[in-house]
Amino acid sequence: MLLRSRSADEPRASDITPRLHHENRRSVLMAAAAGLATWSAAGLAHGAAASAGGAGQAGATKLQARASTLSTVERPTTYKDVTGYNNFYEFGTDKDDPARYAGSLRIRPWSVAVEGEVARPRVFDIEELLTLAPLEERVYRMRCVEGWSMVIPWVGYPFAELMKRVEPTGNAKFVEFVTLADAGQMPGLRSSVLAWPYVEGLRIDEAAHALTLLTLGLYGEVLPRQNGAPVRIVVPWKYGFKSGKSLVKIRFVEKQPLTSWNRAAPQEYGFYSNVNPQVSHPRWSQATERRIGEDGFLQRKRPTLMFNGYAEQVASLYAGMDLRKAY
Amino acid sequence: MAAIPTPRPGSGRLAQPSRRALAWIRAAVFAAALVPLLRLVALGYADALSANPVEFVTRSTGTWTLVMLCITLSVTPLRRLLGWPWLLRLRRMLGLFAFFYAVLHFVTWLWLDHWFDLPAMVVDIVERPFVTVGFTAFVLLLPLAATSTQAMMRRLGHRWQELHRLVYAIAALGVLHFWWHKAGKNDVSEPLVYAVIVAGLLAFRLVWHLRHRLPAAGSAGQPPL
Repeated sequence: MLLRSRSADEPRASDITPRLHHENRRSVLMAAAAGLATWSAAGLAHGAAASAGGAGQAGATKLQARASTLSTVERPTTYKDVTGYNNFYEFGTDKDDPARYAGSLRIRPWSVAVEGEVARPRVFDIEELLTLAPLEERVYRMRCVEGWSMVIPWVGYPFAELMKRVEPTGNAKFVEFVTLADAGQMPGLRSSVLAWPYVEGLRIDEAAHALTLLTLGLYGEVLPRQNGAPVRIVVPWKYGFKSGKSLVKIRFVEKQPLTSWNRAAPQEYGFYSNVNPQVSHPRWSQATERRIGEDGFLQRKRPTLMFNGYAEQVASLYAGMDLRKAY
Repeated sequence: MAAIPTPRPGSGRLAQPSRRALAWIRAAVFAAALVPLLRLVALGYADALSANPVEFVTRSTGTWTLVMLCITLSVTPLRRLLGWPWLLRLRRMLGLFAFFYAVLHFVTWLWLDHWFDLPAMVVDIVERPFVTVGFTAFVLLLPLAATSTQAMMRRLGHRWQELHRLVYAIAALGVLHFWWHKAGKNDVSEPLVYAVIVAGLLAFRLVWHLRHRLPAAGSAGQPPL
C-alpha cells in the first residue's frame, strides 16, 4: 500500500524500456514474462514478487535502472530458477523453501539502521533507500559455495553511495550486515542450523568497492522475498552466502565481525570466502561449478574462475595475502 | 521350515500365505521398489528435476539406498516380532534393490557429477571423509550382491551369513556418509532419522541375541514369542 501511495513519483511500467544488452537477454526476459502468465511454478514465483510491493500491481513493482558497464554479457539464469532455487535458511534449508515460505515476510514498513563508526548514524526508510542513488542494472555471476552458479540481473547501486551519506570514521575497518530475525515471519528460525540473526561482513575496502551492490531488485522488479527483499547486499566475487539478505542493520566496526557461517563451521567457511578454484571446500572441490539451467544433465561442469571472474577488478584488494590461509 | 506344522486355514493366513499369495506379494514389493526410479524418470521427462537435476538425482538415489537398506534390515526383526517367517523370502530382493539404488547413486557421482574424471574422483575419495565413507560402503556392497544367489548361499554355507553381516557396517557407514555430508551445513535432522532407525534395527538384533541365544545355549528350543 505504501508503494502504491507513492506511485506518482515512481515511473509507470509503460514509461520504462528495460535496457537490454543483447537479444539473448531479451528472449529470456520475454520467456520469463510469458511464463508468468502460464507456467504455474513461474506464476507462483511472480505472485510473490508482485505482492512484494504490497500493491499487487505489476507496475508498482517495476524499477527503472540504467545499464552498467560492469555487467557480464553472459545469458542470465531464468527468472524461474533465480526465484525458485534459493538458499535463505530463515525460511528453511531446502532450495524451494524460500519460494514456498517467504510469503510471510513483511517488507513494509521497513527500515535499515546504519550505525557504529560513522559520523552520521541514522535509520533509512526503505523508500528512501530506493531513491538514494540512481539505480543500475548489474548482471553478475553468482557462485554458491555449494558448487553451482547463476547469472542474475540485479538492480541497485554501489554500497559506496550509502557509505558517503553516513561518513565512516577512521576507526571503521569492517562493515557488518545483519539480516532480519523474526520467528513470526521466518519459520526457519525455529531450527538451530545457525545462530540468528544472520550476520555477514566485509572489510571496509571490499564494501567500498565499485562492484559491491546495495541491491533492491532483480529482473527489473523489486526483489522477490525469497531473494532477500526488500534490500540486500551483493558481492559478486565472493561465495553467495557472503551477500546478506533482508538487511535491517548495517554496522561499521573496528574489529572483524564474527559472521554466521564462520561461527558455525570455521574450518569450512572463512571470513573472506572469495571464490577461489584452488582452495577446496573440505567436502568438495571448488575447481568447477554447475551453471543452473545451462550445465544440464549430461554436461560437464565448467571451470570456476578466480574471484568468480572478477580478478581484474578485485585482485588488488588482496595483494600480499595468502588466500589459502585467508580463505 | 518343513517341520513347522501348517496352521489351520483362517488362523494364520498372514503368518503363512499361500504360494500364490506370496508370488503376488513379491510382485507388489518389486513394483513398489521401482517407484522411486520411475518417479525420477517421470520427473526427468517433465523437466521437473529442480533447477539442479544432478544434485536432485544424487540425493534421491542416496536417500532411497538408505531407505532400502533400512527396509532390508527390518525383515529379521519383523519376522521375529510378527512370527511371519515368509518375510525372509523378500529379503534378497530388498537387499538387491538397496544395491540397485546404490549403483545409481554411484554412477550419478561417477558420470553426471565427475564426468569420469578419475584424478578428481581419487582426490574426492582420499581427501573427503564423507566420500571415503560412502565409497567404502558401496565397495562393501559388491561382494554381498555377488553372493546373493541361491548357489552362492549353498557354496558358502555358514560363511555366507558371516559375510552378509557386513550389511550392518554398510548401513552404519551409509548413515555416517549422509551425516557428514549434512554436518557442515549444520543440518543433521534428516540423517538423524536414519541413524535412529538403523541403531534401532541393530539394537533389536543385539537384544534378541542376548535374550534368546545366550540363555538358550544349553536348552533345546527357543522360548515362544
